[in-house]
Amino acid sequence: MSEIKYNQYKAMLAIAKASFRSILRSPSAVVFTLVFPLIFIMVFGFLGGNGIRLDVAVSPVSDRQNEIFDTIVYNPAFNLIFDMNQQEQQVALQKGKIDAILEVKSFPSNSGKKYQVNLYTSLSSAEKGMISRSLLEHIVDRYNLRAAHVNEQMAELKPQLVQGRAFKTIDFILPGQLGFSLLSSGVFGTAFVFFNLRQTLVIKRFFATPIRKPFIVLGEALSRLVFSLLGAAFLLLLGHFVFGFTLIHGLTTFLMMLLLSAIGLIVFMGFGFVVSGIAKSESTIPPLANIVTLPQFLLSGTFFSIDNFPTWLQPICKALPLTYLNDAMRKVAFEGAGFAEIATPLLIIIGWGILIYAIAVKVFRWE
Amino acid sequence: MANPIISVKDLKKSYGDFQAVKGITFDVAEGEIFGLLGPNGAGKTTTLEIIETLRDKTSGQVTVAGLNIDSHANEIKQLIGVQLQASGYYPSLKLTELVDLFAGLYNMPTDALALLKSVGLEDKAGAKFKELSGGQKQRFSIASTLINKPKIIFLDEPTTGLDPQARRNLWDLIRDVRKMGATVVITTHYMDEAEQLCDRVAVMEGGKVIALDSPDALIDKLIASGFERKKEVKAANLEDVFLSLTGQEWRDDK
Repeated sequence: MSEIKYNQYKAMLAIAKASFRSILRSPSAVVFTLVFPLIFIMVFGFLGGNGIRLDVAVSPVSDRQNEIFDTIVYNPAFNLIFDMNQQEQQVALQKGKIDAILEVKSFPSNSGKKYQVNLYTSLSSAEKGMISRSLLEHIVDRYNLRAAHVNEQMAELKPQLVQGRAFKTIDFILPGQLGFSLLSSGVFGTAFVFFNLRQTLVIKRFFATPIRKPFIVLGEALSRLVFSLLGAAFLLLLGHFVFGFTLIHGLTTFLMMLLLSAIGLIVFMGFGFVVSGIAKSESTIPPLANIVTLPQFLLSGTFFSIDNFPTWLQPICKALPLTYLNDAMRKVAFEGAGFAEIATPLLIIIGWGILIYAIAVKVFRWE
Repeated sequence: MANPIISVKDLKKSYGDFQAVKGITFDVAEGEIFGLLGPNGAGKTTTLEIIETLRDKTSGQVTVAGLNIDSHANEIKQLIGVQLQASGYYPSLKLTELVDLFAGLYNMPTDALALLKSVGLEDKAGAKFKELSGGQKQRFSIASTLINKPKIIFLDEPTTGLDPQARRNLWDLIRDVRKMGATVVITTHYMDEAEQLCDRVAVMEGGKVIALDSPDALIDKLIASGFERKKEVKAANLEDVFLSLTGQEWRDDK
């Protein structure tokens, strides 16, 4: 009956397929891998707009039908607010909710000056108040020069954009979220799946078939890898096309990001194997998995650069594998780093992988 | 026995200081339904799992279809179908998807619907495993053992916890499997079941085989020793009453 040689890879793929279906039907996997990172990316994607935005309230007594006012309206830096009365404006300015109050006054044409622009700023929003002021000064000067019929310039300012790309919030946030998504999927997903397979005796039923043990693990790991990489691809593409996430060399960068994701996930799955091996019951998995994921969530530069942490904390930050995955991904996506430039973080990640799998082999349990 | 399909010689299994199986010997003939009987803890499941190559033995000799379990575990696994006393399947997968999984695990392309039909689960083909009743789960579990068209099927307490209808239907299924040419090894602690199904039984107690013969011969031996039942047996029993009242058809409620 077994003239055809038994093929372990075929059996492994059957497990991978079944496991993949099972993952797709598990709400927690989808939430951890896609929804959470997506929410963070959306929040930061919309938060971190490009350039500066000045919230300037227009005083109700201001004249709005004149050329100066029109110039201000069409300046994209100003976000003009019209629906506040004078008292509300005062309170908002004192609390720093708006950056300035603007009032344009027009005078009859026979008097000396035509317009007066009053600008009220406060210390609550000192910096943006200053910027509003210089922008308005510039506008007012232009009108004054025109009125004086000055055509000759004494000095000219010639702004030149030096080489460099706009580093947007999304360029920082997306790699961090992607890294964290891989971390939680790798640790939580792997730990729960192997614990449950053991607990519900699914794995025992596999043992009764001719598949060899390592292929069971490979099949399960393969499905998790495919699922997480699909998630990663989705986040990268959404980030790129909707929020302008920088993929500096296009497709090449995209593929390199996926390769980094795969390496990261495989290392993180090692933590999952360890957790599933040492967990005594299902309820001990979340605390154990959180011990692995939470510090990395907070200290690996997921939300802000680790340079912001106090010096005594930095060595801890610099010991965590997610720090290096985040670092490598940012360098690849934004700076267009090749493998040579990210060799150091990559080697540290792989070092972690060797260490954690050495432990996993010791603590992994089949029954 | 001329050509036993399973041969167990002086099999022993210890867990630390505890000896679960204390040197048992028996053969199973090709094509028979062989029962391993005994109370809980007698060593039935341990014995079965050793023959199924799922558990290491401490000492003794076991061959399955002429293959030694020590050296040919993987070949044996291709020849046998195993229903475990307790086993699980991915709970959120549909039955057809689970059949595909096992078809892959055995490298044996399988018509999922035809297989499910053979165990009366064609209506449940699109249902998830976790949505099945106890009896349906057992039937599915037996279906999963048939995928590789095994020479020997091992059933460990397949009817425990089932209602009388489901039990009888499983008996019919087991007889059908035998008709297809397979040898069946079954453990149970229901004596009526063993009497109905088994060609021969081995009775285990405390890790030893204390009797080995056909159910008829064992009964005759007991009667010959002067045994009498305390109560006169009527032509029917309460189970017959229950079945005639509630019908014999398969029940699909939970």
